[in-house]
Amino acid sequence: MAEKKQKPGWKELPQGDLIIGGGTAREFKTGDWRSERPIHIPEKCIHCLTCWMYCPDSAVIVKDGKMMGFDYDYCKGCGICEHECPVKGKAIKMISEKDAKKGCI
Amino acid sequence: MGKSNIVARTGNEAMAEAMRQINPDVVAAYPITPATEIVQIFAGYVADGLVDTEFVPVESEHSAMSACIGSSAAGGRVMTGTSSQGLALMAEMLYIASGLRLPIVLADVNRALSSPINIHCDHSDTMMVRDSGWIQIFSENAQEAYDNMVQALRIAETACLPVMVTTDGFIISHGMERIEILDDAEVKKFVGEYKPKDYLLNFDRPITVGALDLQDYYFEHRRQLAEAMKDSKNVILNIAKDYAKISGRSYGLFESYKMEDAKVAIIALGSTAGTTKVVVDSLRAKGVKAGLLKPRVFRPFPKEEIAEALKGLDAVAVMDRSDAINGQEGPLCVEIKAALYDKGLNKPVLNYIYGLGGREIKLDEIESIYKDLGDASKVKKNSVIYLGVRE
Repeated sequence: MAEKKQKPGWKELPQGDLIIGGGTAREFKTGDWRSERPIHIPEKCIHCLTCWMYCPDSAVIVKDGKMMGFDYDYCKGCGICEHECPVKGKAIKMISEKDAKKGCI
Repeated sequence: MGKSNIVARTGNEAMAEAMRQINPDVVAAYPITPATEIVQIFAGYVADGLVDTEFVPVESEHSAMSACIGSSAAGGRVMTGTSSQGLALMAEMLYIASGLRLPIVLADVNRALSSPINIHCDHSDTMMVRDSGWIQIFSENAQEAYDNMVQALRIAETACLPVMVTTDGFIISHGMERIEILDDAEVKKFVGEYKPKDYLLNFDRPITVGALDLQDYYFEHRRQLAEAMKDSKNVILNIAKDYAKISGRSYGLFESYKMEDAKVAIIALGSTAGTTKVVVDSLRAKGVKAGLLKPRVFRPFPKEEIAEALKGLDAVAVMDRSDAINGQEGPLCVEIKAALYDKGLNKPVLNYIYGLGGREIKLDEIESIYKDLGDASKVKKNSVIYLGVRE
């Protein structure tokens, strides 16, 4: 049976409540807070990049000026992208995380 | 020992002088009576080009301590000053400064907390933040205020804990005294250069300062702080030894005045200890075995050492210049009783709450305390007396 890794004791932690090293927020996958996720509908997308501009978590993936999808490691499912999408009928749809996991879109 | 300079300085002037000689990187401060002069005089030094300090006038004491924390975390040597409501306003930031283990030095001029609004001396402000994780050093007079400020810098940077040095508001802060100061070069050599291990402006070793802890880490971080406070006792003693070499003046965790064969003693903080020494001398001349124990370091509380010093007494009186409003006794008295209890010393302890809001404490009042200590019927009651209040 694998041994559970013990968290560091008070003698091992850095002094002054410090975290050593930069950019550590990247290791914290806030995407697991989601209860809803955005789904991209590429056929309807006009690549205006409005969703990318509004996303508060920088979770919209853009490559060569084209909207490519979502970074589900950090997307918190706030739905601002769907709300701001200017396309009639929307090129982004929010679906429940439960449905997404079941595989039905 | 270096050449000493005899000058006339008030407590505030003495502290400002020490700050000038230390020449910190940043002073961020907000004025409040009776501490204003310390940073006001210092601002004059800045304007006159006598120091290289970045002086940051802020909009409140909360901002003052916040700016101090930012500067200290960035790697600077930082000092400030305040009193009473100012210390209260920055209280949340004091806890942050100690948690982040930043060596900030603060001159606290003891002034009563409102309400009622009062600008005069009592110890309620320092006592309010006794759990904040700051080292607290009380000064009896202007000489001690100067000496303590210089030592505080080294203590803070060695223990990696913030330090507050107190003086009694108006009594010491505005009282002119003869003091001896060190040469600028001697102070500069004594404090040396500040070389923090980790600081925000160190791009080779980036850090996150002020992170969140959940239930799984907070306790361990606070345990570290507790250990640091315990360890700081020896740091304070070692630095006092170094300071004695250059100044000729010795400091410890507390001062024992005529305690060697004393049977009755008063324990008092700050300037009242000075007044009590006069009473002790006059009683000794009459054959009374009276003594005084003056705690210098209140945080960390030198429990063992003080209990040891009280061993031979018949009875003890603790003078508290603040009231803990806990339905029992004053803050200093609570700590003394705990110290005695843990050493198995079952001595009568009389508590005298006095001097609140700057109410004067007189020689004959202090003499009456020693009289009570010699009176078996009074001593038996283990009472709390409000000395000097109109009934």
